Amino acid sequence: MAASNENLKDLIGQEYKDGFVTDIESESFPPGLNEDVIRAISAKKDEPEFLLEWRLEAYRHWLTMEHPEWAFVEFPKIDFQEISYYSAPKSMADGPKSLDEVDPELISTYNKLGIPLEEQMRLAGVAVDAVFDSVSVATTFKDKLYEAGVIFCSFSEAVKEHPELIKQYLGTVVSQYDNFYAALNAAVFSDGSFVYIPKGVRCPMELSTYFRINAANTGQFERTLIIADEGSHVSYLEGCTAPMRDENQLHAAVVELVILKDAEIKYSTVQNWYPGDENGVGGIYNFVTKRAECREENAKVSWTQVETGSAITWKYPSVVLKGDNSIGEFYSVALTNNYQQADTGTKMIHYGKNTSSTIISKGISAGHGQNTYRGLVKIGRKAENARNYTQCDSLLMGDQCGAHTFPYIETKNPSATIEHEASTSKISEDQLFYCMQRGISAEDAVSMIVNGFCKEVFKELPMEFAVEAQALLGISLEGSVG
Amino acid sequence: MLKIEDLHVSVEGKEILKGINLEIGKGEVHAIMGPNGSGKSTLSYILAGRDGYNITQGRVLFNGKDLLEMSVEERAWAGVFLAFQYPVEVPGVSNIYFLKAALNGIRKFNGLSELDAMDFIGMVKGKMKDLDMDEKFLYRAVNEGFSGGEKKRNEVLQMSVLEPTLCVLDETDSGLDIDALQIVAEGINRLRDPERSFVLITHYQRLLDYIKPDFVHVLAHGRVVKSGGPELALELEEQGYAWVDQKVAS
Ligand SMILES: Nc1ncnc2c1ncn2[C@@H]1O[C@H](COP(=O)(O)OP(=O)(O)OP(=O)(O)O)[C@@H](O)[C@H]1O
Ligand SMILES: [Mg+2]
Repeated sequence: MAASNENLKDLIGQEYKDGFVTDIESESFPPGLNEDVIRAISAKKDEPEFLLEWRLEAYRHWLTMEHPEWAFVEFPKIDFQEISYYSAPKSMADGPKSLDEVDPELISTYNKLGIPLEEQMRLAGVAVDAVFDSVSVATTFKDKLYEAGVIFCSFSEAVKEHPELIKQYLGTVVSQYDNFYAALNAAVFSDGSFVYIPKGVRCPMELSTYFRINAANTGQFERTLIIADEGSHVSYLEGCTAPMRDENQLHAAVVELVILKDAEIKYSTVQNWYPGDENGVGGIYNFVTKRAECREENAKVSWTQVETGSAITWKYPSVVLKGDNSIGEFYSVALTNNYQQADTGTKMIHYGKNTSSTIISKGISAGHGQNTYRGLVKIGRKAENARNYTQCDSLLMGDQCGAHTFPYIETKNPSATIEHEASTSKISEDQLFYCMQRGISAEDAVSMIVNGFCKEVFKELPMEFAVEAQALLGISLEGSVG
Repeated sequence: MLKIEDLHVSVEGKEILKGINLEIGKGEVHAIMGPNGSGKSTLSYILAGRDGYNITQGRVLFNGKDLLEMSVEERAWAGVFLAFQYPVEVPGVSNIYFLKAALNGIRKFNGLSELDAMDFIGMVKGKMKDLDMDEKFLYRAVNEGFSGGEKKRNEVLQMSVLEPTLCVLDETDSGLDIDALQIVAEGINRLRDPERSFVLITHYQRLLDYIKPDFVHVLAHGRVVKSGGPELALELEEQGYAWVDQKVAS
């Protein structure tokens, strides 16, 4: 029924709430990319020689690479010489300061986004690293974490304070030659978060990074590295927003997770970059390489992502299951509305014996949105008794949008057990009518049905994030999950 | 309470209801019987406000107001409840959450505050006990994987929680086993009230043994062809609908 499709469109077409611009004096490099720009970024950060070399190797390799065209997304060619590769608030020029000295404009920006950084207002039980354009502006609860032996700081600071850890682990999961955007990131990355959880430590609080793009014409290239040493455990959250602008902006991040024996990382993302307007103008290009390596036995990692923003999302958080009995999980909700395009999924690469992986993907398409699940399950020759379970569900709203599924399976070991389930459904008029007949408004009914559809993923999110994720997908849904 | 006047409804150019007249007073129970495809469910959907029907003629007054002008939710808030012939599954949404959202929607409309969570749970559990429903149903997704009979019982649970003033039950007895029928009927009887009216759509006299109707109507080919007291249902049971057709013809 056409009328109801209109309703649906209105209901999910809420305005982007985080689209404001912070008026702050920034120092930005002029647009353009060459070896000098890379040297300048490295110099800005006072980096050791080995890191500069690493960047330059990546850059030289990148120059030989072709832009990838295989994803199910369409956008005009990016001119990499038109992007500025570094932008930082002027007040941050002298490097990270104590929180009291952080520009009040920045503090108030994060307040507006619901991420209070001030001591007295901090989110209980969550330590935050706030990344603004190219730099980390503040990290909360650092001292408390340090007492527990946990290192949580900006990437730049880690390079200075813990160069041996950086040297040992950087690029060991995603090499600087891995793919086009990973190579670009390796060449020009400016900041990001670094986490090290020592042997046997259960991180006493949730860690989170909040990424904010503010400056225009700037690319954001951050790099996150998390190492969970033997028997440790950490839950890490990541949030992202950007102002509303008519130009597209590039965000090309790399996340590397290293999980050692008996350790576990839970990595959750709520991605709400500016998606562009209802005509598809503007929005962030979100081209991200995320990979985890369960390097030793009984290692476990789970990626949970709720992707509602960005004009284009191109992202496959993956797991390399090297250690015997290691476990990889991927839970994803991707929503595309208006002219958004998402090509997302995961790769589960089984090398160890008795390794198992779970993939739950929920794609929601509305408006002219295009939503693609792309997944690879690979079972190596030596991966005896590997198991995978994949479930891919798509929900369509209206008849202008699309859902696509590309599951790839490669097995070299006959003992593998692989299950795949897929479904495509529409929000049915019957469901809406039923809810409304019971006195639930159309608006609440839609968000209730959508949230019900996403439930298996939402229940994997930490509580605060689950609420935020629901609010992003619909309105006022407290309590429907759990 | 409810007044249906000369209601004509068509779907895709085909007339399904061809001039229905029906008046239901406060506290009354009206049974509607009639052969398959005669338009009983269509009538119930029209009362609830489902999309996709063409109302070509007539009007429906609910407590003096034009019911057909109201949206689906407005009707629910005003006290119209439809127990579906085929209850709908809502995956991932727990029964308890659904009930709470529904009740709070209605309360909000009536200017009442949201019910306290503990009071709410207590109240719902009490009603479940009356209907001999296991509490585990609270945490299952709405109707998902419920057996036919469980779905019907769940409809009556929703009705007892929401306490509507006009209850339209579309074949709520179909699919219930003998014991369940009795329990559900008792549940419905418990709701009988001088301020509350019922429309029971059914194929079986059996239900009417438990819930005594004030009036019985026979709907055939989109018209009410015969109305009477409870004895009409008994006659139908004996004679079948051919008997009504003959009567109408003669
Ligand atoms: N959307 C529709 N499109 C076409 N025909 C329809 C539609 N809805 C109802 N009908 C037709 O209208 C007639 C009445 O249907 P309705 O469901 O109201 O019957 P009923 O009296 O409830 O039957 P039953 O006792 O089998 O439940 C049937 O012939 C049915 O096929
Ligand atoms: Mg029917």
